[in-house]
Formats: sequence, C-alpha cells, structure tokens
Amino acid sequence: MTASESMPHKGGFSFDLCKRNEMLAQKGLKQPGFLKTGADTRATEGPIVADKNCEKIHYMAPNIYCCGAGTAADTEAVTDMVSSQLKLHRYHTGRESRVVTALSLLKSHLFSYQGHVSAALVLGGVDVTGPHLHTIYPHGSTDTLPFATMGSGSLAAMAIFESKYREGLCRDEGIKLVAEAICSGIFNDLGSGSNVDICVITKGKQEYLRNYMSPNPRTYISEKGYSFSKKTEVLLTKITPLREMVEVIEGADTMEE
Amino acid sequence: MNMVDSAPAMHNLIGSESDSQRTLYPYVTGTSVVGIKYKDGILLAADMGGSYGSTLRYKTVERLKSVGKHSIIGASGEISDFQEIMRYLDELILYDNMWDDGNSLGPKQVHNYLTQVMYNRRNKFNPLWNSLVLGGVKNGQKYLGTVSMIGVHYEDNHVATGFGNHLARPLLRDEWHENLTFEEGVKLLEKCMRVLLYRDRSAVNKLQIAKITEEGVTISEPYALKTFWNFAAFQNPTAGAEGSW
Repeated sequence: MTASESMPHKGGFSFDLCKRNEMLAQKGLKQPGFLKTGADTRATEGPIVADKNCEKIHYMAPNIYCCGAGTAADTEAVTDMVSSQLKLHRYHTGRESRVVTALSLLKSHLFSYQGHVSAALVLGGVDVTGPHLHTIYPHGSTDTLPFATMGSGSLAAMAIFESKYREGLCRDEGIKLVAEAICSGIFNDLGSGSNVDICVITKGKQEYLRNYMSPNPRTYISEKGYSFSKKTEVLLTKITPLREMVEVIEGADTMEE
Repeated sequence: MNMVDSAPAMHNLIGSESDSQRTLYPYVTGTSVVGIKYKDGILLAADMGGSYGSTLRYKTVERLKSVGKHSIIGASGEISDFQEIMRYLDELILYDNMWDDGNSLGPKQVHNYLTQVMYNRRNKFNPLWNSLVLGGVKNGQKYLGTVSMIGVHYEDNHVATGFGNHLARPLLRDEWHENLTFEEGVKLLEKCMRVLLYRDRSAVNKLQIAKITEEGVTISEPYALKTFWNFAAFQNPTAGAEGSW
C-alpha cells in the first residue's frame, strides 16, 4: 500500500491536506486514553487556495471525530452520511457509538465506490473499549495505528511523528506534538497552510480547539482601515426593518380534507 | 520552418535505433542521500542499498565517494550512471593534478562541473539518471550543493535527494543550526535516516556516514540503526473489533 496519496484533481475543491492524528495509548487504568486529531485549514483548487480557513475535522459522534483529506466534497459528504447513520444506530441500540462501527460504515461505502469517492480519512475516537485511531484510504482499506498522517503533507508530518512519538505522552505533550507535525506540513508542503485545528477526545469529553495556532497572520495591515472617499454622497443613515406580511392566526380550524 | 528538414533531425534525436544508447529509465537504483553542514565541515549519509526495481538486490553499494582532496559526493539514482560520473570526476581530478600548480579543485568548482555535465546530457535527451550531493571544505569555506538529473542545482546548509526531500528536509529545517558539533550532526543525520528507513520502501538498514573537514575525508564503516516496533497499537490492532484488520 502506498503511503503517499496523490489525489487526481478533476475539478472541484481538493483538500490536499495534512491530517495528523496522534494517539495516546495509555497502558493501565490510572489515566484515561487521550486521542488527539489535528488538521491544517487550507483548501486548494489546483494551484489556488480556495479557502484559507476551512474546517477539516468533522464531527461523527460526540466521542468520534474524523479528519478528511482528498476531495473536500467527498470527505464532507461521506462523513455527514456516516454521522447520520451513527446517530440512528445510537437511537436504535441506546448506546454510545463505537469507533469500529464508524470504521466499518466508512470502509464499506468507500470500497463499493471502488476508489472514485476520493476521501482519505483519519478516524479517531474514544469509546467503551478504549481509544482508537484508524486511517481509511479511498479504496476502502484501513489501518489501526498509534499515529497516522494523510494527505499531501503526510510525509512532512510523518517525519515529525516517526522521530518524536513515544508512548505515554500526556495531554499537553500530545497536543504539542500534533501541532508540531501539522506545522511541519504547513511550512514544508505547498498543499497545506494557514492555521492548525486540534481536537482532543477523552473518555466522556471532547474539546475542539479551532485555530489552536495561527502561525500565518497577515503581516501588513493598514492602520487607517478602510474609509469611503470624500466624494461619496451619503443619502440616508436610517435602517428600516422590513415588516412581516404573514399573519399567523392562533387556534384556527384545521385544514379541510 | 521547413517540416521536411527538421523531421530527420528529430528522428535522430529520439530515434528508435539510438534508443539503446540513451538512458530511458533507471535499473539499479540507490535511494536518498542526506547532507548537512556542521561546525568543522560537511556530513553526508547514505545507505548501501542498490534496488533492482522492487527487489533489494545489492546491499554493499558505496554511494558516498571522495573527490580530490576537498570534496565528497553522494549519489542516488542509477548506479551505473554514478560509476560513469566517478570516471568523469577521476579524469577531472587527474588533469587538475597534472597541472601541478599548487592549486586544487574545490567543492564549488566540482559542483559546477557536475552541473554542466548533467544539464548538457539532459539537453541531448540522454540524462545521467542521478541526483547528486556534493560537499566539501576548502580554505576554511564549507560548501554543500546538490544537482539533479535535469541539471537543477543549488547550495544550502542541508540537502537531500529523492525521498529525503519529503521526509528529511522538514526535520532538518526544524533542527539544523549553525555550529552543530560532530556528535550532534551525526545524531541529526541518523534521525533522518531512521525516518527514511521506516517510510521509504527502498531503504536498507545499513548506512555509511561520510565526513569532510579541512583535514580530510573519512567514510565510516557500514552500521545499522536501532528501530522500535513495539507500539501498543501494533501488538493487537484488532482488540476492539474481532475479525477486522
């Protein structure tokens, strides 16, 4: 299996991005399992940056989040779809969703489309069986890993993980490592950029740290701000709210058959 | 332009009879080379693997060689083309020595020579299928440069070829600084080579480190890196889901 995914750009948005996941596999029952997922925020359309601050960490369940690389529409659609399926499943079973459930739903959907749904996902969550981290490739194969990266910046991020990851990292060390890996992608890969989003999932709690780091601020901002030229004629500075034309009658008769 | 005139010329350039004379694709290849400047000179690292397609065929290929008194070269890509380049360089150094004028070619000059050779071959559609790293010290000046098979060349404080560009350069950008000691430099190179060993399928766990300082060249004996495979998630990946993979 190739580690580097090259997504064919056939129009539409392409999230050639880094998704880095790093999992804290805590041994022993003293400390809860942490799971950290991170992503950058650049969406590209070929050579152009389409969205400088998009959200690549998708909600699947209260205890499961999924990062998506590849075609943006595909990652959004497939994670939304499986998220709904998981919710229905939760109602049906009355239990918290498990990560392997999301995994199976995603992999069978992607396999049946034979790789045409160009979504490379990093799925992570903490459920009753513990913390889990998986990668899912567009053709439907999956891996279970202590740390994972996907997207065009995956090699830059993986270099950081392979050299600095160790078991038994605490929450802050883990966040720092994930942020470092994503920054490596942001600064060394052209398909990744802008800010770092982090999501920390522990048993019973999740924190979505949107724009945890913004290492690419706008450097030159005019102090004067924007102002209209003096020639502009200001006609009126009163705001008139539009009035509602519909009148709702309470207690009216029901519609006739 | 008269199409009839140019057609035979084009045919000769990319003709089928002369195809056996041109390098179309590489056969026995070496993987990445990584190089850094450090306090006293240059350090290069490369493994000793020669792959024949997807087979790791040769495991004692020396891809780091010294050139004259002041330079070392590391090559990735087609091994036979590297051997050809070494013949060109040996001839170059020989002619330089024959002048016997007290002057000797420094790394910058050798790098320039290689750039011209590579670019010229590329223009004739018959490239030397290599990416080279050239480093050296002359008169206290450290120099580290790289040339690719199409003649792209530049010099920097740290360079890498092949997969090293994707996996080692980010690490070097983060952790390289001026005045690394020899031990720090070796440790940094080993870190890069270890990541390459984990993530490059054509890497072998047998590497050499070459050092060049004002005093001279040392190419180490081959040795292996320690690797770690005992992550908990690898032990029982299907713990939560029996029957999955």
